[in-house]
Amino acid sequence: MLPSKRLCHIGPMPIPAIDGWFVVDDGVAHLLGTRCADCRTVHFPPQTGLCRNPRCSGEDLAETRLSRRGTVWSYTNACYPPPAPFAAAEPYTPVTLAAVELAEEGIVVLGQVKDMTVDDLHVGMELELTSGPLADGPEVWMWGRP
Amino acid sequence: MGQAMSVVVAGAGMHPWGKWGRPFVGYGVAAARAALRDAGLEWTDVQFLVGADTIRNGYPGFVAGATFAQALGWTGARIASCYAACASGAQALDIARTRILAGLCDVALVVGADSTPKGFFTPVGGDRPDDPDWLRFRLLGATNPAYFALYARRRMALYGSTPEDFAAVKVKNALAGSLNPNARYRATVTAEQVLASPMVADPLRLMDICATSDGGAAVVLVSPEYARRRGLDATVRIAAISTVTPSFPNTVLELPCFATDSTAAVPPPERTFRASIAHAAYEEAGLDPADLSFAEVYDLSTALELDWIEDVGLAPPGEADKLLRAGDTALGGRIPINPSGGLASFGEAIPAQALAQVCELTWQLRGTAGARQVVNARAGLAANQGLFGHGSAIIATV
Repeated sequence: MLPSKRLCHIGPMPIPAIDGWFVVDDGVAHLLGTRCADCRTVHFPPQTGLCRNPRCSGEDLAETRLSRRGTVWSYTNACYPPPAPFAAAEPYTPVTLAAVELAEEGIVVLGQVKDMTVDDLHVGMELELTSGPLADGPEVWMWGRP
Repeated sequence: MGQAMSVVVAGAGMHPWGKWGRPFVGYGVAAARAALRDAGLEWTDVQFLVGADTIRNGYPGFVAGATFAQALGWTGARIASCYAACASGAQALDIARTRILAGLCDVALVVGADSTPKGFFTPVGGDRPDDPDWLRFRLLGATNPAYFALYARRRMALYGSTPEDFAAVKVKNALAGSLNPNARYRATVTAEQVLASPMVADPLRLMDICATSDGGAAVVLVSPEYARRRGLDATVRIAAISTVTPSFPNTVLELPCFATDSTAAVPPPERTFRASIAHAAYEEAGLDPADLSFAEVYDLSTALELDWIEDVGLAPPGEADKLLRAGDTALGGRIPINPSGGLASFGEAIPAQALAQVCELTWQLRGTAGARQVVNARAGLAANQGLFGHGSAIIATV
């Protein structure tokens, strides 16, 4: 996992729920992956150490910001409050989830969807990365309206 | 794989699935004794015992082989314990088969049992921010049904499957399960009941999603030579066990992952992970999907049964719904799917489930499956997929 230091000098932002997986820079959210210098494979969550391409022995995995827009691969919601360690809001409203395909990286990334329900979504529609708080405060990446 | 490289399923036994609330050991022992009775063997005949582990029952669950051996009475038999999530039973079976094929033993007993808490499966306790299984709950609230629902919605978008199709899978499996004394749910259901059950993870409703259950299953494997010598029923043989992992890049979002592998550098493999699981089994058995009489597939959700039918090669992509609607996959149909009633009727008892599938293969192939018997069953496939990339497919033949 990458150090959280990078998050400290970009101005006030809520505490991230996970270090090194995303950054909010001037109010713009970016997912942070790593890219293998040898074969160019992208990893999210950020992988360090050895490239996951079995035919590549690359160990130079540099941080890269992933595309901020992608298309919905699929989506769902959680009609019942998910169990701990998730912190469910009270009163509870269903959490919406989307798996979003990023064309350039050739990767599908799952995330909560901000301010939208399943009725607002369809497979193939475009979403853009944003961020938002978990019910107990820390910030996570989220998919939102472009 | 030729007959010379096969092992015999001499016995199969189960403890009925339910929510009994007792320690898992008892279910495993009951299943083991039933399998031994079925084989006509004694526990003291067993040279090697493999336990499929359970991770929610403390230390005895992590060393299931020793736990079952102690409960049955120490005999000095060799043991192994293994964990591969939902595929644990298949891996345990493969370990036993391998030892027989290597000539290191003639009689092996494979046992899996679980006792499950109520509600959603949750991650193992404690703060573990390096564990993706913990993190997916913490950051996303992504339960297991959330992933099943992503696949279901994707299927609806790609192939035009409908909630009515999903309900029809439940209706079919509940009917089969009503004929199975080991099933937890024995009532038939209507499509209206399924479609009126509460939404859990859109588009999947409560009755689309498999429950978590208590249960135990066991299988006795022997070498063909031993079966001859002891005069055992050698009708059913294991023709293949596939325990493959995905090939990079895996382009389907798997539990408990946050993302797929990237295709930026390497194009996707020829087959998806699930398709590759069955493909490896067919290759090993020297059989084709057309050779199957029936299949048990891992219907964690109703929609996933339709995916599996295509993944195991019984229908082209997007056409499983046609088979379903034509009645082909029902008992009495052209290629019955989940004649046991499937997870829809059992609920999931993780380390026992792949072995329960093998029990069903055994009874169907012997022609002793009673009211749910598949006519003239000659070959059956059981397919399953465990968390973190554990494939499992078993082919049994007469």
